[in-house]
Amino acid sequence: MFKSSTTFGQVKNHAAFPSPLNFYDIPPTSEVSIEEFETSALDRLRVLAEIESSAARNRPWDEIKEVTTKQCKKYLPLSPSQVDTSNSDANVKSEMELRRRDHLSHFVLRLAFCRSEDLRRRFLQAESTLFRVRYDMALKPERDAFLTSRDFNWIPVEDDEVKKFAGQLEAAYGPAPDSTTRKYVKVKWTRVPDLVEKRKVFLKAGWAYVPGGELSSIIFQEFEDHLGKALEMTARLLPRLDEDTRLLPILNNLSQGFLAGISSEWATASGSATGSEIKAEMVNDLARKHFPLCMRTLHESLQRDNHLKHFGRLQYGLFLKVLGLSIEEAIAFWRKSFSRITDDKFNKEYKYNIRHSYGLEGKRANYPAKSCVQLLAPGPSDYGCPYRNYAPENLQTALLSSYSHLGLRASDLPEIMATVKAGHYHVACTRVFEITHASCGVTKGEGTGGGESVTHPNQYAARSMELHKPKDDMVID
Amino acid sequence: MSSSGEQEKPSQEVMLTFYRRLYPFKSIFHWLNHEHAPTRLFTQREFAFTLQGDVYLRYNSFSNVDELKNQVCHLNPTRFEIGPVYSARPKDKKTMRPGAFQPILRELVFDIDMTDYDSIRTCCSGADICRKCWGFIAAAVRVLDSGLRNEFGYQKLLWVYSGRRGIHLWISDKEAMELTDQQRKALVGWLTVIQGGKESGRILNISRNNGKLPPPIQDALDFLRLGFVDLILRTQECFKSEEGYEELLKAIPDSNLAKTLRSKWESKPGRSSEDKWSDCFKDMSAHKTLRTALEDIILQYTYPRLDAEVSKHRNHLLKAPFCVHPATGRVCVPLDLEMIENFDPKAVPTVFQLLAELDAIQKTEDQDMELHSDWEKTSLKPYINIMDKHASDLMQEVRKEKLRTGELAFCLENIFSLNPLGRHILVIYLPDLNLFMDPVIDLASRCVFLL
Repeated sequence: MFKSSTTFGQVKNHAAFPSPLNFYDIPPTSEVSIEEFETSALDRLRVLAEIESSAARNRPWDEIKEVTTKQCKKYLPLSPSQVDTSNSDANVKSEMELRRRDHLSHFVLRLAFCRSEDLRRRFLQAESTLFRVRYDMALKPERDAFLTSRDFNWIPVEDDEVKKFAGQLEAAYGPAPDSTTRKYVKVKWTRVPDLVEKRKVFLKAGWAYVPGGELSSIIFQEFEDHLGKALEMTARLLPRLDEDTRLLPILNNLSQGFLAGISSEWATASGSATGSEIKAEMVNDLARKHFPLCMRTLHESLQRDNHLKHFGRLQYGLFLKVLGLSIEEAIAFWRKSFSRITDDKFNKEYKYNIRHSYGLEGKRANYPAKSCVQLLAPGPSDYGCPYRNYAPENLQTALLSSYSHLGLRASDLPEIMATVKAGHYHVACTRVFEITHASCGVTKGEGTGGGESVTHPNQYAARSMELHKPKDDMVID
Repeated sequence: MSSSGEQEKPSQEVMLTFYRRLYPFKSIFHWLNHEHAPTRLFTQREFAFTLQGDVYLRYNSFSNVDELKNQVCHLNPTRFEIGPVYSARPKDKKTMRPGAFQPILRELVFDIDMTDYDSIRTCCSGADICRKCWGFIAAAVRVLDSGLRNEFGYQKLLWVYSGRRGIHLWISDKEAMELTDQQRKALVGWLTVIQGGKESGRILNISRNNGKLPPPIQDALDFLRLGFVDLILRTQECFKSEEGYEELLKAIPDSNLAKTLRSKWESKPGRSSEDKWSDCFKDMSAHKTLRTALEDIILQYTYPRLDAEVSKHRNHLLKAPFCVHPATGRVCVPLDLEMIENFDPKAVPTVFQLLAELDAIQKTEDQDMELHSDWEKTSLKPYINIMDKHASDLMQEVRKEKLRTGELAFCLENIFSLNPLGRHILVIYLPDLNLFMDPVIDLASRCVFLL
């Protein structure tokens, strides 16, 4: 099934994974269950999505490293010691098993993200960052194992050549640490553009003389070039795979998730997120204080028009359900809101739907609330993500009228609008969260805690309520 | 607007005659194509025409040089520009999938424009240029040329006067053509010392390592130091005016010294730049930081100031050599590096002058000569010879490469039809060919026999 990319690179040792660092030269050839195919990819996607939103938020490298390492521990550990045991279902697996999973998930996502120029570019960027983080974090023996596992096509510089250029090499790299002569390798300068751009390398006739300590630059560049080419090749060969009806939906789903910039656990969360019961009459107050813009908008149009269309009802109803509104309270809330219709009409036309969404009618399924991915997906709904759907002027007005009482100022808007313009809707939403919760001590870059971005309206609301909790208690006292 | 007298804009008739009789299409073709038979280097190359009334036609492409010439004569543009080689013929762009039409190859190009030196040159400003300010260009050309050759290993450099106040560089080495945008950006970063465009020429993008400049900058400085006195101090007198010497004083780290110098220079307004410069030097031994400051001054005034955007992207268009500058009527001629210091922009032939030369010939000769070699008899000839020499170097390179990789059929065709030197090359390379060209060896040995 992975025949598509077997033509790339040659690794001597492809049965095992000699190092946690992997160039992904050889696609996996063992049998894989559909479930593992999907779950491993989803886990990796979470990590990549966080990397992407970190980049969109201009985090400094150290912070990116920290956030990524944290996410990796949670979803994509490479050694048993890294496995976060508090994370329930992660039963401790062997090192090789973890590396195999890493390897597999990379290739699944390659298939999912090779389809368009835009997806390829974003995937490439996120994967390269992940590789850099891992290379940075790797221990010396791990790095060495990696360096010997693969031919990087560089030429060691002979000693007499080093002597010949000694003066210039020293001027370029500073004096060699005493007694030891530094080792250099040379590669075509085009393989180390980042060093060249900063004039951090010695060039002679098109060759870059790279000291042993700076090899990472070559490696990172090679990783990007290599993956870029592989993605294009995969894209060309993908049509052959499209016949597989089992994989195609999974791959489509994966790339959708990445397009929205997120993949969320909240989609499956249900029941009371906060523990305390919420009454129908509290909703109005909660909406003003804690709801993300999408739900604020729904709430306001419900209050204004005393009505919501079907998809709006469904969306808002499920959101309230997950927020902790019981079925009785929900019926009370909707009945009160739909003040212009008769009891009879309400019972006949709306009550059933409300009970249905709570799993009490029809199929009796416990429907999850819609996540940001679903709200961002283009669909029949008028009530998707406002950051995406609104015209810029309308969005600014909506933001100010909804959040100015929570501390959002007009001066914050340019930054938010810039992220919206770049298509990072969830980043804009996260930024709004940070600004409106600055009074609770949320700082820029912290997101909904630990640097996480908003991926679900309920996550937004729950976190917001959690932050306000001690203060609210005190008021009650 | 300009100081020179002959600011008559070339009329449409003048341009048409120029294209019909003088423009060296063949030389341009050879230079772009690297071979005699049209390859994708030519057929998938973008040409953009600027017509009368600022109409701009992009994405033209031609399957051979005659088509190009016909179209140029038909449209009679005021000038035309050369773009990259795309993944398909640019004229078919509209029929392509959006992502499938991409620039793939492009000469590495540079543009140095005199306007970037406006803040420091004292002789002219704006669109004007004279021999005095050409010194800046000449210094920049030398630094760039040696840097690109020594550090990056490029050899096929063609310098072209832009027709008014600047100079273009086209690098046609295979490796240079293949550079990606990212790599071009890196290369520009390496070469950029003076940041911040036209106005703020004061921020230098260099970091010293233990007081030592990076090797490429040190090399450039060693060279620029030689010309500095002549160009900046004597010719341009950059520090003569108060404005000028204030710039110099700003660079001096020791404020006491700066104060002393300022009062000294204020009292003697006539003091020449050279004297002022040596005033700074008197205390040199005492201040190590002063020396680096003065080094910075040298770089700031004479290091090449590049128009970086031109070089960074493959799809940037650049005016074709031998076009006529619409404002001055001067032809954009290739330059020989050896004559760069003595080059006088005002001595470049204008289109009017060339047509006058043609008229003079016609009076003395019969008119039924072949039209396209008319330039042989005009003052355009030496410049076209530079281009032809450059193009034949490029073609030689390709021929060697082809022989090496064993495209024998191609070589034979060249030998018999076009290349008088081919016999020699074939004999030299034949043992090589033997190794991997079994099926065609018979053919090859027969050819040798024939020769």
